[in-house]
Formats: sequence, structure tokens, C-alpha cells
Amino acid sequence: MSELSQAPRVLVIIPAWNEEGSVAETIAEIRATNPTVDVLVIDDGSTDRTAARAAQAGALVCSLPFNLGVGGAMRTGFLYAERNGYDVAVQIDADGQHDPRFVPALLSRLGEADVIIGARFADKDHSYKAQSGIRRVAMMMLAKVLTWMAGTTLTDVTSGFRVANARALRLFAMHYPADYLGDTVESLVIAIRAGLVVRQEPVEMRPRQAGQASQSSIRAALYLARACVALVLALVRKWPEANAEVGS
Amino acid sequence: MNPSVVLGIIGSAVIMVVLFEMLRRQRLREKYAVLWFLVAVAALVVAFVPGALRGAADVVGVEVPANLLFFAASMFLMVISLQHSHELSRLEEKTRTLAEELALLRLDVDRARGAENPAPGPADD
Repeated sequence: MSELSQAPRVLVIIPAWNEEGSVAETIAEIRATNPTVDVLVIDDGSTDRTAARAAQAGALVCSLPFNLGVGGAMRTGFLYAERNGYDVAVQIDADGQHDPRFVPALLSRLGEADVIIGARFADKDHSYKAQSGIRRVAMMMLAKVLTWMAGTTLTDVTSGFRVANARALRLFAMHYPADYLGDTVESLVIAIRAGLVVRQEPVEMRPRQAGQASQSSIRAALYLARACVALVLALVRKWPEANAEVGS
Repeated sequence: MNPSVVLGIIGSAVIMVVLFEMLRRQRLREKYAVLWFLVAVAALVVAFVPGALRGAADVVGVEVPANLLFFAASMFLMVISLQHSHELSRLEEKTRTLAEELALLRLDVDRARGAENPAPGPADD
């Protein structure tokens, strides 16, 4: 913990898949609000000009040869952070949903936790109000189970706005699932089971620029079913060297 | 000759020929070839020695020997396809790891090149 004397090196990881419309703006905003951080865009097999836009905006760009999903993109980012000696990794979506002005607030909680989630619904007044019926059930179920596991209130476990310290990013560089919801729910389960401390910090999220949130009830039901499968899998799966690795 | 014997011979002959050809063209790893070779041999045995199937059916208490054959064959196919799903998952995980490493290497190469000649070269991909 002697490194804490100097400012920690922070890497912002942005997984981006065909986000040419918003990625440059997101990067510019991050650089304006957090001038000391490095920004790495993982271009997840985009077929548009995402990589070029990101490079123009001054970010490091790491292009995957084909689409791996958020899990694959994020593991690449964590690997980069680990190999290049970063102390902290911040995950921010490329679609402008996450306001980088909250990053310092998230970072300030690092003393008490290994993983900090930027969470919606944290204040009781507008709990899950934006979500449709079945989807809300799924999100509440996930939140309940993970709250119980983590021993702390977690209201937005599918949030992709997160901060991970060196311990957590070492773990995630090895184990970051590519399955559905693996990048959000399962990664939290892995972290908790590896003995990391997970906390949340309330944030407000903006509506994503390209409206994609599905409202049809069939899709919502499918989401619930897949969330259940993902959760059960996460709970019963073996994650071999997780404990040994983090203990070191 | 009994038609079921002919069927058995044709079946195993086809498997053997295809196996041989695939091995010759290096389209098949030996571990899979052995498996299918055993299937061909089993088909031949069942065709030529009908008593074997009948005996086996008696032992496990299946009244119609053909049913035992169908059951065994479908179980076998299920196990094989499970095994293939497993291999596929492993391969996907490996491709994923390779893709990640490749992307990181590409980033390293780009940065090294950029450091060598600081003139802002256009992205060449």
C-alpha cells in the first residue's frame, strides 16, 4: 500500500461496438472532467469508424479482430491495465449514458472497497421506476441476491459504470466471463466470491443516445429468464485460481 | 444374405472409407478417428453376429434386440454431441483469448511505431 503516497494511475476503459456517433464525445467529456486519467477504447470488432473517431479524440485504441461482447472487451482492457501497471481501472460505456463527472466520487470510495459500482436507483424515491414490469422484477431479483451476497445494499448490479482497484483488476484480467450478463452480474459474483469488497455509489445516468432499451414484455420475460440462468450459473460455477490469485 | 447384414456392412464400409479419406487429407485428428473406427467395427459385429445383440438384449432385459441397438446408438450420439459442445466451448474460449492478445499486441505495435517516427501517420487499417 506504499504506492498510495503518489496519485494512483487510473485507466478508463471504454468498450465500444459500433459507437462512432458517441464515442468521441464520451472521450472528450472524460478528458475534460478527469484530465489526469488515461483513456483506452476497446473497439469490439466495430464495422463503422469507431476506432478512428476514438483515436482522433485522443484515446488509446485497442481493436479486437471480431466482436467478443462486453465481457471480452473488458477483459482485454483489464489485461492492458494489469500489464501496464495501472492502479485503478474505470469502466465507462461509450454511449454517453455514464456521466464522467461522477468518476472522482467513485474513485474516492476506493479506500473502503475493491469494486465500486456507479448505481442508479440508489435513492428510494425513484426505485426502478423507469423499468417495465417484468424487467423490474428481474433487476430487483438480481439486486436482492447480490445485496445478500455482498453484505451491502446493491441496487443496480447490471450497471456498466464501475471502478476496480489493482486487486480487482488483476482478478478480472484473468476471469471476466463472456456470457450473457457475465460482464455485469457474474463478474460481481466472482469478485465477491474471491473475497473482494463491493460497494456502490449513487449516480444519475443519462438516457442512452440511441434508444435501445426494449420494452416489449416477451423480451422482458426473456431477460428475466436469462438473468436467472446467468445468476445460477454464476453461483455454481467454479472459478479456479480466483482465491489464490487475489490472495497474493 | 440377410438384408440387415448388408445394411451393417454398407454402413461400416462407408464410415471406414470416409474416415480413411479424411485422415489421408489431414481433416481429422486421430482421437476422433479412433472413435468412429470403433463405431464402424461395432456396426460390423452387430451385422455379422446377430447373436451378440440378442445376447446383450437378454442380459439387460430388453425384449426386442433392435430397441437395445437404437437406445445404445442414441445414447452414443448424445454423448458425442455433448463432447463436441464441450470442445466448441473450449475452442471459443481459446479464440477469445487469442483475439484479446492479438488486439493488445496490435496496440503495442502501433504505439512502438508511433514512438519511432513521431510524424502523425494515418491509421493504415
